[in-house]
Amino acid sequence: MRQIISILLENETGALSRVVGLFSQRGYNIENITAAPSEDPSISRITILTQSDKMELGQITKQLYKLVNVIKVSALEDDSTGVVEREILFVKVQAIGHTARDEIKNLCDIFKAEIVDVTPELYILQYVNSSPEIDRFLKAISEQFDVIETVRSGVCGIFRGDHSLHV
Amino acid sequence: MAMMSGAQMLVHTLEDLGVEYLFGYPGGAVLDIYDALHDSKKIRHVLGRHEQGVAHAADGYARVTGKVGVCLVTSGPGATNTVTAIATAYMDSVPLVVITGQVGTPLIGSDAFQEVDTIGITRPIVKHSYLCQKATDIPKYLRQAFYLASTGRPGPVVVDVPKDCVRPSVKFEYPEPDPQGVRMRSYNPTLQGHRGQIRRAAKMLAEAKRPVLMLGGGVIASGASDKLQEIAKLFRLPVTSTLMGLGAYPGSDPQFLGMLGMHGTYEANLAMDKADLVLAFGVRFDDRVTNNLQKFCPAAKIVHTDIDPASISKTVNADIPIVGDAGIVAGQFLEAFDELKLKRDDQALDEWWGHIAKWKATNCLAYDHDPKLIKPQEVIEAVYKATKGDAVVVTDVGQHQMFAAQYWKFDQPRLFLSSGGLGTMGYGFPAALGAWVGERQKPIVLFTGDGSFQMNIQELSTCKQFHIPLKIFILDNHTLGMVRQWQMMFYRGRISWTDLNDNPDFVAVAKAYGHEGIYVEKPSELEGAVAKALSLKDKLVICDVRCDTDAKVLPMQQGGGSMSDMFMAED
Repeated sequence: MRQIISILLENETGALSRVVGLFSQRGYNIENITAAPSEDPSISRITILTQSDKMELGQITKQLYKLVNVIKVSALEDDSTGVVEREILFVKVQAIGHTARDEIKNLCDIFKAEIVDVTPELYILQYVNSSPEIDRFLKAISEQFDVIETVRSGVCGIFRGDHSLHV
Repeated sequence: MAMMSGAQMLVHTLEDLGVEYLFGYPGGAVLDIYDALHDSKKIRHVLGRHEQGVAHAADGYARVTGKVGVCLVTSGPGATNTVTAIATAYMDSVPLVVITGQVGTPLIGSDAFQEVDTIGITRPIVKHSYLCQKATDIPKYLRQAFYLASTGRPGPVVVDVPKDCVRPSVKFEYPEPDPQGVRMRSYNPTLQGHRGQIRRAAKMLAEAKRPVLMLGGGVIASGASDKLQEIAKLFRLPVTSTLMGLGAYPGSDPQFLGMLGMHGTYEANLAMDKADLVLAFGVRFDDRVTNNLQKFCPAAKIVHTDIDPASISKTVNADIPIVGDAGIVAGQFLEAFDELKLKRDDQALDEWWGHIAKWKATNCLAYDHDPKLIKPQEVIEAVYKATKGDAVVVTDVGQHQMFAAQYWKFDQPRLFLSSGGLGTMGYGFPAALGAWVGERQKPIVLFTGDGSFQMNIQELSTCKQFHIPLKIFILDNHTLGMVRQWQMMFYRGRISWTDLNDNPDFVAVAKAYGHEGIYVEKPSELEGAVAKALSLKDKLVICDVRCDTDAKVLPMQQGGGSMSDMFMAED
């Protein structure tokens, strides 16, 4: 089951490595991970996308809480309030000739993606959306064009409405 | 305002924290700390002979006293040598603070002489760790380290101290401790159990027809023995304990069924298997306890109390989980019994105890005696008899460890020190010397094997220096007994590299280090040898007891089976 876990922890050296180490040491999977300071500079937020069942998610949450640096942990579950999640994608794609360049532009318009860098032979496309939508966009691009490089940020998410994860 | 160097702050902070004994081994990166230690009037230093021994000794001290054990080692190999001991303490939840030297901060990451990433290497085996960046970090981190090590689920904490942080020429103002103690927003262990859960569990206990009280190391860590005995007496509960919980309930009490698990007694394992309620305190349902999880206690509701939420429903799903300190929760149970006016069901309990009496009657720990060959079990029994059980028992790991757990009756907590979770051969001897440092009233008995003893034999020199009069009984079977037992039982008797036929003359080794040694071979000599060893009160005595090589630890659960699937002695 796809799970997004949001973690608030002390912004200290080695704190991130404790979280990552915990996942590898206990055989939990990390599909992607993002880490950055939160609204309070003394606290970092880590967002991890993992595949786990309910039982394992419970263990992951408890093991994370056990890390002394960790302040709060929450699974961003799509409950009644819901979650907003986004990922950012960059695609460097070959764009030679008018036809190709026009078609890429059209595709970007359909998906509301942007072209953020242009050379005579290349475009860099930027797309911000949920991970499944990013997968769809990437599939559409790579079916028609030569993709040179893709860079994905990893997912970040936030609860909708007044449900928040903060200290 | 006192001005101090980092090294002086380190020593001063340890003094402030009430440290009486520091186990250590000097080296380049900790020279300045050792120099500051030279001036301390309060801290007594115990010099080991290998950093593994040093850290195990601090562990033994911690287990016997319940205080934090502290050790100090140098960077690089000094730190890596403590790794096994840190992992041992982590698995058994022992409060330990390990202070490691480190190369100076400008050199970190440069592969400097005796540099190793101590924080990285120890990360998965510590409760927490700190890398000091400046001198004034030292008091702060040490105070937090002590707080973390000794509260919640106890465990080892590493404090890595780079050499430039302890430079004697640079002095800073000593930061006095916060009068309100250490506070950390990210660390708040839950001590009180959930009242509603406890009331539900209390009712369940009163209604149970076949209840079992199962105690683990958490009961000892929490000091919860008295309250749990009260519960056991109130509800006439059969009591069993894990290896780590031995002594949490008096071993000679008729309600005690003995240890459960792989080498548990027949009655303890059968009681678990047939129970309709398991009331578990301070346990973590380790695989050596549960056997096959799918077949574990099929009829039982599980009420699981532990201070570590991650231990609950990790392996065995708890029907009623209770997060809290074992002693506090036990007290809450007693209140709930009163409030709810709960009474035990004597009729059901009579029937239940009737079944247990039949299982007990199998006398599963009986073994054959041989007039020519000493059975290892006899050694445990002989020492138990001679000391009347009034001793601290420390073991290494293997057959002798299980025999000690099975045949010795531990009537109080903190009398049995053994590496349970990690199963560290070489733990026993240094832990025993550390135990002596903390406990001078009782004799310290070490049961070890000829394999285990040779893994940290160098500490004989430490014992000479500090006049540590351990009573060491080597259950010497010229083999790695437990591995051999498995080879005999499950590998068609193919003895692959478990023979130890070239052991040293342990009596001569004892004498070479300035101790006493006794060799025993005949069963008829055993009692006399034990009496003699114990009578030499001020001497360390190695009693090398030649034991039956083919003795097996039984009963033994059958792998993949339920709690009640066991190989018995008569099989």
